[in-house]
Amino acid sequence: MLPRGPGGGPMPADMRVKAGHLDLPSPVLTAAGCAGTGRELAQFTDVARIGAVTTTSVTLEPRAGNPAPRLAETPSGMLSSVGLQGPGLDGFLQRDLPWLLSRGARAVVSVAGHSAREFGELASRLSDAAGVTALEVNLGCPDASAAGRPFSLDPGAAGAVVAAVRGSARYDIPVFAKLSPEVPDVVEIAKACVTAGADGLSMINTMPGMSIDPVSFRPALAGLSGGLSGPAVRPVAVRCVWQVYEALPDVPLIGMGGVRTGRDALEFLLAGAWLVAVGTVLFHDPSACSRVQRELEEELAARGVDRVTDVVGRAHEAEGYAAERYGWA
Amino acid sequence: MAPVQVRGTVLTVRRVDAYVAMTVVAPAIATRFRPGQFIAVAVGGPQSSMLARRSFSVHDVRPDHGGTVEFVFGPREPGTQWLADCRSRDVLDVVGPLGRPFPVPRDPVSCLLLGVGTASAPLFSLAARLGGRGCGTDFLLGGESADRVFGALTARRTGRSAVIVTADGSMGSRGSVTDMLPTVLQQARTDVIYASAPLPVLRSVCALARRYSLPVQALVPESAMTCGTGLCAGCVLPVAAGDGITRMARACTEGPVFRGEKVRWDDVGTIPFDAVGAPGWKPRQGAADAPARSGGRSDAS
Ligand SMILES: Cc1cc2nc3c(=O)[nH]c(=O)nc-3n(C[C@H](O)[C@H](O)[C@H](O)COP(=O)(O)O)c2cc1C
Repeated sequence: MLPRGPGGGPMPADMRVKAGHLDLPSPVLTAAGCAGTGRELAQFTDVARIGAVTTTSVTLEPRAGNPAPRLAETPSGMLSSVGLQGPGLDGFLQRDLPWLLSRGARAVVSVAGHSAREFGELASRLSDAAGVTALEVNLGCPDASAAGRPFSLDPGAAGAVVAAVRGSARYDIPVFAKLSPEVPDVVEIAKACVTAGADGLSMINTMPGMSIDPVSFRPALAGLSGGLSGPAVRPVAVRCVWQVYEALPDVPLIGMGGVRTGRDALEFLLAGAWLVAVGTVLFHDPSACSRVQRELEEELAARGVDRVTDVVGRAHEAEGYAAERYGWA
Repeated sequence: MAPVQVRGTVLTVRRVDAYVAMTVVAPAIATRFRPGQFIAVAVGGPQSSMLARRSFSVHDVRPDHGGTVEFVFGPREPGTQWLADCRSRDVLDVVGPLGRPFPVPRDPVSCLLLGVGTASAPLFSLAARLGGRGCGTDFLLGGESADRVFGALTARRTGRSAVIVTADGSMGSRGSVTDMLPTVLQQARTDVIYASAPLPVLRSVCALARRYSLPVQALVPESAMTCGTGLCAGCVLPVAAGDGITRMARACTEGPVFRGEKVRWDDVGTIPFDAVGAPGWKPRQGAADAPARSGGRSDAS
């Protein structure tokens, strides 16, 4: 028998996730760059009730982004090269962060720069602002000192950026490093980031892809190639989470890549993610975050799970889930 | 009013010449709607592999069944083909109403409503609204051929005048709306142009209107939108704000209706070098000190 809740249904699982200085009411977040400023999302989702809103990567200066077309639909996915359009740090601090705070949302602020120094400056200035729940380091940016090669591809470069952010951020603001799947060994980069002081890791960022428009005979994106995301990349993301959890089971992980349903979120948790983020699917369903959260609650309750944290990394245990507890064995 | 996400039941799917007109029961959208706004529809069902919403101008809303919304499209790719294959009683995930509606003048002025193909659809509810304000409405509608001019009959019935042009001459005069525009403007004594058409047409219309010192309210095509809700920042175009500074504006949230003279039509598809945050861009110290340069490929005429 499953424990019964007040209404006679299964007892709802405790969705709270605590990890060091991080304390979130739910493990479901938005993924960076997919929730607008938060205002657009708030029309469809109560931003105070999801785990956190991860912002579009904030840069020191305003950015116009890349020319349009910036997005192209691909099978179960999306190719994008938006180019981090945003108001820059000042605009973000003046308008966007206070708004999130005023709505009771927790803000995971993603930061992006071209050098460790820029990252450090962002972290230091954001540490002085109210309402930063955590920092996420977008390592997918081009490294100015390495001919534009992304930091995420090199353990040394990634570590240097993480060290700069951790060194400049207030001690009680957790720092997550965001990893790319486009490396021969994601664990190597993960370890370099943790050694450099990352409190947690986010994965995955998009992976390079291309699509050609059969009508115009030209690449579908103005930037020619773009980053692939959405359910199409989910198995890649789950593999990354799995591998990093195996190597670093105590490090909090945010899993993302094509989360569409509560079951998908559960998959990431089982692989070892403490938290999950919803990105591309928000373009298809702007209320997806609340829905995924509700569905995850239902999935957990149906399996008699008391706390969402109980299932984190469960797939790594040799013994699977007892099928009869589903009630249909 | 804020948009809503609803599950709307398909009431009717009709062929209208080369196009499909679909009516969906969506009271919460119908009651909020203002002419010029659009809806974003999920296609392919709940497990769809097509993640971009398809966005459409609302053609009309009606009070029956608590409120219905009609939109018109040409089934051109798998997503819109899936929609065209929907039947009455199917259920769609619809978000709306989205975007900035057409502003309507305070005074009873003479309005020209210019549309091409399915993009003409939003002009008819606008015409009704303008009519309610005592404005005279003239239509200039175009399309490739007779079956691709949307709403010619309604335009003739409800407009003060209606000029139709087709590329092949199968209806009205042979040519394009831009060919006919100068004549129509003079005959109709137009004060304001409302235009809804593909970007190259909007660009020509705005260039012409400038010569006649006429304001244009331009509705840019929703086909470039991915989410329709402002989340993805995919559908940007360079727009000069009231302060004269160019920013990359999302067509879905800052538009789809823009003041024609504010859009930098020649720079669409680029990032003009003087746009806020363009590569190498520096914040202006004060407007007076700013170099008087025009951007990118645009001519300063
Ligand atoms: C349009 C778009 C914009 C994005 N912007 C950012 C960004 O600003 N910073 C970042 O770290 N990741 C960004 N991402 C990557 C997502 O946060 C996420 O890592 C990736 O898309 C995989 O998750 P998903 O499949 O749920 O979208 C962006 C993705 C998309 C599709």
